[in-house]
Amino acid sequence: MDIKDVEKLAELAKIELKEEEKETVLKDMEGILEYVKVIENVEVPDVEPVYNQKNVWREDEIKSSVFSNDLIIKQFGDAQDGFLKVKKIL
Amino acid sequence: MQKIDVKDLTIEKAYEMMKDRKLTSVDLVSACLQNIKEKNEELNVFLEIFDDALDQAKVADEMIKAGKGTKLTGIPIAIKDNILITGKKNSSGSKMLENYVASYDAFVIKKLKEAGAVLIGRTNMDEFAMGSSTENSAYGPVKNPLDVSRVPGGSSGGSAAAVVSGMALASLGSDTGGSIRQPASFCGLVGMKPTYGTVSRSGITAMSSSLDQIGPFAKTGEDAKIIFDCIAGKDEMDSTSIEFSPTLDIGEANKKVIGIPRDFLKEGVDPEVLQNFEDTIKKLEKKGYKIKNIEMPHLKYSLPVYYIIMPAEVSTNLSRLDGVRYGLREEGKDVFDSYKKSRSSGFGIETRRRIILGTYVLSHGYYDAYYNKAWKVRRAIMKEYEDIFKDVDFVVTPTTPTTAFKFGEKKDPVQMYLSDIFTVSANLAGLPAISFPSGLDSSLLPIGIQFTGPLFSDLSLFDVEKDLRE
Repeated sequence: MDIKDVEKLAELAKIELKEEEKETVLKDMEGILEYVKVIENVEVPDVEPVYNQKNVWREDEIKSSVFSNDLIIKQFGDAQDGFLKVKKIL
Repeated sequence: MQKIDVKDLTIEKAYEMMKDRKLTSVDLVSACLQNIKEKNEELNVFLEIFDDALDQAKVADEMIKAGKGTKLTGIPIAIKDNILITGKKNSSGSKMLENYVASYDAFVIKKLKEAGAVLIGRTNMDEFAMGSSTENSAYGPVKNPLDVSRVPGGSSGGSAAAVVSGMALASLGSDTGGSIRQPASFCGLVGMKPTYGTVSRSGITAMSSSLDQIGPFAKTGEDAKIIFDCIAGKDEMDSTSIEFSPTLDIGEANKKVIGIPRDFLKEGVDPEVLQNFEDTIKKLEKKGYKIKNIEMPHLKYSLPVYYIIMPAEVSTNLSRLDGVRYGLREEGKDVFDSYKKSRSSGFGIETRRRIILGTYVLSHGYYDAYYNKAWKVRRAIMKEYEDIFKDVDFVVTPTTPTTAFKFGEKKDPVQMYLSDIFTVSANLAGLPAISFPSGLDSSLLPIGIQFTGPLFSDLSLFDVEKDLRE
């Protein structure tokens, strides 16, 4: 792993790192990956990993909501007429 | 107003006193507020004291007068800053959510409100619950009330410090890899992580969804149980939520068989902690518990597995924080630039480090080697517990390898992560686990012991604490 990998990952995660932060993140990543890599050689039954997940279904019924519209809109970074305003995408 | 020593008061005792009209909630809450006023500036426990705390206490006193009180009515409880309360700020210890105001109550808050508990304030924590010392809080670290040169543990350090310093009678924390049990151990309290799914995660700021669980801090197992009884329950807002159904006979705690994974305790444990552990085991033996040495060869992989699965879930969970719908927004030259600027000024370095690590283990080419393999080993750890619980009732270890460490002592991330070595496996396997005080080291710092039980044995864990204390 080198600085370029850190930059690529930061770009994917939409995070900016200062030059000196890149160095420390690289060093930390190497330390952590070195520590976790012991699992490579653990022998486990060769089965598909089960993620403990299953769908939980419910009826799609209209129910009154406890959510306050006002409180939600107040959290928007930018709003106009009760709508969320964002920068131009295209 | 009578002088109330909150530090020595339990929920049970306060409940009895209030029932007998020897104490009011207003007096109790006032005593906590007085302690906060005297000590919060130095300890940095609370990020906000709720200005309606006394009003809540008045309502609670009316409830008690009307004979509608529960065991929690009028009891001041501190809430970790990642649990939503309608109309209150909820920052998760981050600049990203500094001004975020919750638009709904977490399930656990709804339950506490129904019971008439007094929510006294929100407690400081490591940013997005990532840390073992609260040194990662964007609002400065919490100091351990027992020794201010030391950390209170983390990430729920504020919730632990609030109880031990008499600022609340109990508190709620969240535990993803030990974030309740480790600070409970460092502060000499009872801290408990329930069976995954018994307490709804609705309204907790998601960190690592397959691991996160809300639980109580209290002075005794009985007090922790009162809170657990209140907040447990099925909730349709959390699809992993399940109805709690106790499966173990809780009547005969002292006839139980305790398993000790000796191999796992060989390295990295402070000699004083280990000595205390052995002494505690002897005490348990005298009380009638049977002790059995067990082998759990996969247990040592818990922490590496945790440091793959957790950052993977963190990186996906925190992708929602981009400054668009809520949270810090920094304008950039285009939409992606705005995301980047918002996320970079909003997140501290540990948060960014874990997001990047999570992005790495989930990326094409590494996914199988890290993430998928980690899940396979996680399954093996679950299976190992399942098998061992056919032979023993509890698996017991120290809660942490050391007592509370000093600020700045753990500079290397892996060194910091190692303080969770004994706690993470319960989260990986979804099992209930409790930490409670088992003595002091030579610097008079508390040492904790951890009991992990099979799924739904939550109530037995509270009983063990009581049994050992008596």
